[in-house]
Amino acid sequence: MRRYSIFAVAREALRYHSGWEKAWASPEPKKRYDVIIVGAGGHGLATAYYLGKVHGITNVAIIEKGWLGGGNTGRNTTIIRSNYLQDPSAAIYEKARSLYEELSADLNYNVMFSPRGLLMLAQSEHEMRGYKRTVYANNLQGVETRWIERDEVKSLVPILNIDGPRYPVLGALYQERGGTARHDAVAWGYARKCSAMGMDIIQNCEVTGVRTARGKVVGVNTTKGEIDCNKLAMVVAGHSSVLAEMAGFRLPIESAALQAWVSEPIKPTIDVVVMANLVHGYMSQSDKGELVIGGGTDGFNNYTQRGSWHHVEQTTRALVETFPVISRLKMLRQWGGIVDMTGDRSPILSKTPVEGIYVNCGWGTGGFKAIPGSGYAMAELVAKEYSPLAADFSLKRFKEGQFIDESVAAGVAH
Amino acid sequence: MLTLTCPCCGVTVEETELAPGGEAHLKRFGPGSSDEEFETYMFARKNPKGVHFERWRHAYGCGKWFLTARCTATLEVFGSYPAQTTEPPAELIAKIKEKRPGWEGYK
Repeated sequence: MRRYSIFAVAREALRYHSGWEKAWASPEPKKRYDVIIVGAGGHGLATAYYLGKVHGITNVAIIEKGWLGGGNTGRNTTIIRSNYLQDPSAAIYEKARSLYEELSADLNYNVMFSPRGLLMLAQSEHEMRGYKRTVYANNLQGVETRWIERDEVKSLVPILNIDGPRYPVLGALYQERGGTARHDAVAWGYARKCSAMGMDIIQNCEVTGVRTARGKVVGVNTTKGEIDCNKLAMVVAGHSSVLAEMAGFRLPIESAALQAWVSEPIKPTIDVVVMANLVHGYMSQSDKGELVIGGGTDGFNNYTQRGSWHHVEQTTRALVETFPVISRLKMLRQWGGIVDMTGDRSPILSKTPVEGIYVNCGWGTGGFKAIPGSGYAMAELVAKEYSPLAADFSLKRFKEGQFIDESVAAGVAH
Repeated sequence: MLTLTCPCCGVTVEETELAPGGEAHLKRFGPGSSDEEFETYMFARKNPKGVHFERWRHAYGCGKWFLTARCTATLEVFGSYPAQTTEPPAELIAKIKEKRPGWEGYK
């Protein structure tokens, strides 16, 4: 793999850009791997990357039924934050956020991490108390957040209507080092490094069955034939239940559609991420100038990547009240992704009833921000059978009642 | 937009008039059951990519719960039936099997 650098750009400029090589190889699958990771999204690729980088395991295949980064990694609103309430969440999300800070240098790939600051608006007394509590919890956890009053909110986001008659802004939970990153670049950067370490990224290859013998995983059947493995990591977000069914167990997961949409590009208008959880909307501005908007999840099981129209309508209506200046904007496009929801809105990083199979799923509506931390913890779990970051996110918690309840702390939308 | 027919009042309504209630026909486990049974009842879900039996409530109408068979991969609705039953009616099963020959069946 040739390093990307200013010298590389200069060299290629002199020879009409004829020397750029493919960022990753597209090999045919081998007969056997030490570890097979199903799902070449951000989480799967990050798991592979840290398996190689930290644990020296490089005989790895990452199998993807579509193209890499084409699922939820390419469908999210790219928000990165770690202002969660519970200690285990703060630990893994803060690990992820801190890895994002160094990720471009680490991967030699510009992931355009932009720690532009993130506000979660408090628009009711109840929310205000909740966010103040989160600030205190974050300070104890070593996550830098603070409570800011409404005047400071207004100075950070001048287009915000803080006197809205129905939902006045009372203040906000502010994480200065939260922000956004370029979602595709995160997947591409990880993929390039994984390929350079000798891992096989096998796209357009759907897993059709999981083979087990005596309670232990043996391999997978795919549309490109049988592939054997010692360990199997399922990192497939919305399709986790489908894959688990192939392996013979059930997960506490329900899949639903979550939508996002972007406006036409406009001049720089808002340079922080604003989340208004009471009215179910969040908004930031992309580098292209589009306003990136997300809302709530549908309430019913769905695998179609098409959400319900009324969510778009409700969220846009709420945001027009919050940001009156956007009322005349046209929306360019809208899309949906299938999110894997757990009961406590926290992820699952766990061993499974089948020996050698590990799952990383349940990130629900907020997986993008966690990609590096999730991959780091999952790699440790696969390599060493234990990860302190993942320990509390085990499947056991549903039996023992040790939930990591983030459904109230994080709001619905994140 | 998803439209379902409420078997209690007979009207066909849009989803904004309904409240989703998750997987249908769960076997309840309460006090005295084992941890596994309780966990399965509370959390483990089929979550199939295909035919799904689910609960809905006609929240902004008659207020009654009812059950629906729907395909989660296409959003096709096969039919609705009253909630006062422990398994889907035979004619609905037959109708689904006709439309989805590869379907492994209810259970």
